[in-house]
Amino acid sequence: MAQYLISVLDDTGDLATAEEEIAIDVFNEQLRAEGQWVFAGGLASPDTATVIDGRDGEAVFTDGPYLESKEHIVGFWIIEAPHLDVALRLAALGSKHCNRRVELRPFLGE
Amino acid sequence: MTDVGEVIARAHREEWAWVVATLARRLGDLDIAEEMAAEAFAAAVERWPVDGVPPSPGAWLTTTARRKAIDRVRREARREEKHKEALMLSDAPEPLGAIDDDRLRLVFTCCHPALAMEARVALTLRMVGGLTVPEIARAFLVQETAMGRRITRAKEKIKAAKIPYRVPSHEELPARVTGVLAVLYLIFNEGYLASGPGKESVRSDLTAEAIRLTRLVRDLMPADGEVAGLLALMLLTEARRAARVSASGELVALGEQDRGAWDRELIAEGHALVRARLASGQAPGRYQILAAVNAVHTDARDVRDTDWSQVIALYDQLVRLDPSPIVRLNRAIAVAELDGPEVALAEVDGLPLEGYHAFHATRADLLRRLGRSEESRSAYDRAIGLAGNTAETAYLIRRRDQLADP
Repeated sequence: MAQYLISVLDDTGDLATAEEEIAIDVFNEQLRAEGQWVFAGGLASPDTATVIDGRDGEAVFTDGPYLESKEHIVGFWIIEAPHLDVALRLAALGSKHCNRRVELRPFLGE
Repeated sequence: MTDVGEVIARAHREEWAWVVATLARRLGDLDIAEEMAAEAFAAAVERWPVDGVPPSPGAWLTTTARRKAIDRVRREARREEKHKEALMLSDAPEPLGAIDDDRLRLVFTCCHPALAMEARVALTLRMVGGLTVPEIARAFLVQETAMGRRITRAKEKIKAAKIPYRVPSHEELPARVTGVLAVLYLIFNEGYLASGPGKESVRSDLTAEAIRLTRLVRDLMPADGEVAGLLALMLLTEARRAARVSASGELVALGEQDRGAWDRELIAEGHALVRARLASGQAPGRYQILAAVNAVHTDARDVRDTDWSQVIALYDQLVRLDPSPIVRLNRAIAVAELDGPEVALAEVDGLPLEGYHAFHATRADLLRRLGRSEESRSAYDRAIGLAGNTAETAYLIRRRDQLADP
């Protein structure tokens, strides 16, 4: 089994609508029922982000996201799948249910 | 010595894909499978001249490659557990669909939609076709180092993202097959117009392999029109192979070929496939249209009997599906036969195909027929500089040298 990150991309800044919320819940339930669910969550807007650099002595805090971009990650799933074909199918379903583009990326193997 | 060299070369042509595919299933790792296959062939070069050629070269190569893989796993203690796991997996193959052919799995893995199209083509040519990186680079007008990186990156993605080594499920098949067909057609063309100086101008092993794999895909999806179309296209093209290169190794243009040397059996099979597709009443895709074009050509006993208006009508249909400059170039070649070289030249000029030898060869021929020798000569020069196929180069040089002096 491998784990994959499905990042939800959004360029509108709009929160999920009520219908989208319901669809996402349905998808989450399906993932749980199939034993493919690891974790999932929605994220607050990029404006609420803080960048922290603690590499060198006192940590430095910077307001805002580390990358200014039109498209942001607004949520994610971490799923478990035997191989990429299953992960692609789930990512396509996730995209459909949350009504946004998603990016699928494998976690590093051990 | 030479004999053994020939045997090894033949084993490479015939057994490469099988060795890689078998190892990939057993080892669960495409990259190691390729590397070990290459090492096994290197061992054959060393051993066969001394020990003699084994009775079953394919089995010898697979066994040798597998032993090398096991040796390597033992050497790399740190990664041992992981590979042991992979090796164990091989003893319990996953349940299969209708088709159990390692080479077909290899094809579907190499043609996976999560890979960029150019990576799929390169990987399939390397893994299934057994072409070297320089040969692939040449076929796609790409630097060798860039092509090497492309293949390496694709293999890394297969491993990291766990692209599976399997024939897709029934529901996934139609979409996955489209990608496979594009790749198979490119392999066929690489065999039909082989690149590389000093190379055989036609590599029938590759055309035969492309046809074999296309037949397999057709067995899997007998109702798919495009699979049938591609198979028909390959058969009707392959049928003309013997007539296409002269005894002196020069390309023979379609209009000058000895049509008696065409393979009637392949033509009959190709025509039957095209007729069956026409009878289906379904809208044809690009391969079915190209097969129909080739059916028109192979229908004519003499080049003068060719139904050029039918050919142009088919290309019009194809342009609507795929308005690419190469399709328009081929349409223009037919236009030259029906409306004359001047009309055709107007359609050819301005196509963005400066780096494509056939563009310059077509212009050269049209200019020659219009008596514009000087321009024709420089177009031939451009074409000769770009053509990678020995037979084609010989043909172009003769044509150029036959031009009237200015």
